[in-house]
Amino acid sequence: MSIEINRIHKSFGAYQALKDVSLNIRDGELVTLLGPSGSGKTTLLRVIAGLEEPDAHPETAIRFHGEDVRETQIGSRQVGFVFQHYALFRHMSVFENVAFGLRVRPRRQRPSKLAINSRVHELLKLVQLDGLAGRYPSQLSGGQRQRVALARALAIEPKVLLLDEPFGALDAKVRQGLREWLRRLHDEIHVTTILVTHDQEEALEVADRVVVMNAGRVEQDGTPEDVFHRPQSEFVMDFLGRVNVFHARIEDGRAWWDNVPLDVPGRFDHGQGQAHVYIRPHELEIELQRNGHPAIEANVTRINPAGAVAKVGLMSAAGRDIHVDIPLERLEVLALRPGDRVYLSPRKARVFVPEYVI
Amino acid sequence: MATAISTSASGHSRAALREPLWVKAIVFTLGIGFLSLFLVLPLVAVFTEALREGLHAYFASFRDPAALSAIRLTLVATAISVPLNLVFGLAASWAIAKFEFRGKSVLITLIDLPFAVSPVISGLIFVLMFGLQGWLGPWLRAHDIQVIFAVPGIVLATVFVTFPFVARELIPLMQEQGNDEEQAALLLGASGWQTFWRVTLPNVKWALLYGVILSVARAMGEFGAVSVVSGHVRGKTNTVPLHVEILYNEYNFVAAFAVASLLALLALATLALKTALEWKIQAARPSLEPTAVEG
Repeated sequence: MSIEINRIHKSFGAYQALKDVSLNIRDGELVTLLGPSGSGKTTLLRVIAGLEEPDAHPETAIRFHGEDVRETQIGSRQVGFVFQHYALFRHMSVFENVAFGLRVRPRRQRPSKLAINSRVHELLKLVQLDGLAGRYPSQLSGGQRQRVALARALAIEPKVLLLDEPFGALDAKVRQGLREWLRRLHDEIHVTTILVTHDQEEALEVADRVVVMNAGRVEQDGTPEDVFHRPQSEFVMDFLGRVNVFHARIEDGRAWWDNVPLDVPGRFDHGQGQAHVYIRPHELEIELQRNGHPAIEANVTRINPAGAVAKVGLMSAAGRDIHVDIPLERLEVLALRPGDRVYLSPRKARVFVPEYVI
Repeated sequence: MATAISTSASGHSRAALREPLWVKAIVFTLGIGFLSLFLVLPLVAVFTEALREGLHAYFASFRDPAALSAIRLTLVATAISVPLNLVFGLAASWAIAKFEFRGKSVLITLIDLPFAVSPVISGLIFVLMFGLQGWLGPWLRAHDIQVIFAVPGIVLATVFVTFPFVARELIPLMQEQGNDEEQAALLLGASGWQTFWRVTLPNVKWALLYGVILSVARAMGEFGAVSVVSGHVRGKTNTVPLHVEILYNEYNFVAAFAVASLLALLALATLALKTALEWKIQAARPSLEPTAVEG
């Protein structure tokens, strides 16, 4: 089912959690809302679920399949919601937790005992917990609890699945496993899903589409590839992945990082001013000698070859820390040692000119 | 070799942690001595005095019509005030723990009022309101309703002094549990009523029972507030504690202590139930915290 969110505002007292947010989600899509804490992503999710009411505004609408659901009772929206801290019914067994949504239906719509029984076991099989139906939440690990919560949410055959930092309370290894499992599950059942996370790796890996949020606004909305490689704002560039940030000056329509000229996107061909240069660690080249290309000087401070790439820490002549990732083979060729003088040239850089600078 | 060293080292540290014998002796004696002097001794005294003239005299004290009436009145007052406070306490803690509203802190303070005010004063307030010379006196008299020096006054006073017990037990627990489970239930299509019976109530049942037991104990044992509104009409408006006082003032010690032993037994039963419930609540507690780490 498609979801259309139009001009949502939400404030808590004087605090504005959402500022004019609009979003369209296609049927069967898996979208992640990504942002730091306080960016409004969870509030947006709760507004969609009906747990929070958006501020009154003439153009505000939340449409499920074209139909405005703002007046719809929270229980009738057919939303499956998974909470960060699971929110399992602690006094009920796993079986009872999953069966809850079916048991509370009005008598006429309620499936028979037998049907409930087989449906619950089917779901527990889906989340790979079939043997644990009789356990209580306190007897399960965090990852198991979250899978029970997911089975419980799926029991009501939701048209939309909303996940609020579902793996936030789990350790890294379990997160990774559940993330891949969730993606496979989504490919199997194709329910429109929105997942909230502050973990960029999770967002980029799982989603069809990533919506980056900051301070109550949508910063960028695009495929994982788009937001990572073509960030539209400094915030997105900074938030996704590691990055080096430098100051640059604008002269004659180019940005100058020290003596290195960089192209400026857009139309800043007039005047002078300041700009920020963002360069990812793997986009810097290390050379031992000047080779004619513009480059800046730096000293090697630290080398960490433990990983898929070698992480080299450097200090520029201006006293700034610079991080560079190079392949391990390249490190061997360069034979770097701490204290070495090297020359850095960017293969790729993004220049952002603050709007107030002309 | 290594084992020997580590053993001696741990043995050494255990000795270092051990208090000298005389310190232990003093602490132990102080604790036990205080407990015996102020708790065990009076309890023993109640039963010795009650049984001083034998079992026959002990049981005869309960056959007195005035004693029977006092017991009946105490049971009636308890049977009315405890369910009232159960409903009130549940409603108040639900409101306080699960919703944000103006005047919440005022409500919390008001709930604690009976703890803060001397029971005698609360009794006097009821006299001031419902007595013949009180604010509502003329109206009550016109409609032929007697509150003060009658059963309704005793029930009112009992409700007043016992009303914090249930709410005080539930509020912290409900606040700790938060709203997530209720929200999950609503999202799964449960009605408000279903959510209450299937999720909220089962989650607080032991704490609720605990609060009820404390309420019962207090309702049966209340003296001050009830004394002011009762008027001490023998066989009519005397509760068990008031009856004990009257017997004692009449130098009828055996009967006084015999009836008092009922209250003492009630206290012991309450204590036993309370301890059992605390174990239950403790056992239910670990499941409250989500585990961050995989097990």
